[in-house]
Amino acid sequence: MGEVKMALSPDTPNSTRRTVLKGAVAGGLASLAFGGFPFPAFADADAKDWPQDAFKQKSEADALKTLYSKSAEPSDKVTLDAPEIAENGAVVPVAITSSLPNVSGIAILVLENPSTLAAAYKIPEGTKAAVASRLKMAKTSKVIAVVESEGKLYSATREVKVTVGGCGG
Amino acid sequence: MASTIRVRAVASGDTTEVQSLIQHPMDSGFVKDSKGELIPAHYIEVVQFEHDGKIVFKALWGPAVSKDPYVKFSFKGGTKGDDLKVSWVDNKGTSDLLVAKIQ
Repeated sequence: MGEVKMALSPDTPNSTRRTVLKGAVAGGLASLAFGGFPFPAFADADAKDWPQDAFKQKSEADALKTLYSKSAEPSDKVTLDAPEIAENGAVVPVAITSSLPNVSGIAILVLENPSTLAAAYKIPEGTKAAVASRLKMAKTSKVIAVVESEGKLYSATREVKVTVGGCGG
Repeated sequence: MASTIRVRAVASGDTTEVQSLIQHPMDSGFVKDSKGELIPAHYIEVVQFEHDGKIVFKALWGPAVSKDPYVKFSFKGGTKGDDLKVSWVDNKGTSDLLVAKIQ
């Protein structure tokens, strides 16, 4: 127990405390069930990881340059699964898979949204190059899936028609 | 108080498939409430999944991710009974975490 605490405390005392409090409050029953606090092996989700500037960009080129410092080329090894027509722009299911080797990142861009970048995923070694999630779309737009493989970026694009926008419009 | 995180991780062969739902408004900052006032942006920025002391997946989300976000991925490794830790933090600094068992 002491060792675990030591490993946690030096660089992030505040977030550690927050985690512990959060664990105590939110996970009350769960903590009891686990016989104590679920002490993490290292820091939890950290807002410092969030690429603030990349999420501010208004174009594909700028978003990719800010996030990955390069641009993408189209590839048939990137598969983007999205509906042709989305009746509800608030919930558009989007799935991306890729057969490219050593994929380290996946990003989803919606060109007509207020911010181009919708989501970015870090794919560590051993994790499959496949992500499914749900996005909001303001209006009909091109959706671009970008996959980072061996230091290069590859993309697939699809147009999704939106009947009712999902950004309050 | 119930956790905001629901996760289902199933080991099959040499991979574990993870599906997760998090309760969160994911307010984009563009939507007005019934009084016509803008609801400030409030969204999850980072979600992290850990197994066996290693990060297996990290999501970086913007306000364009849908309310009560869902995500699905899979990773090599993981056996029934292993811990999978899920944690998130949003743009207001709120966070939550859950340790789930792989099924």
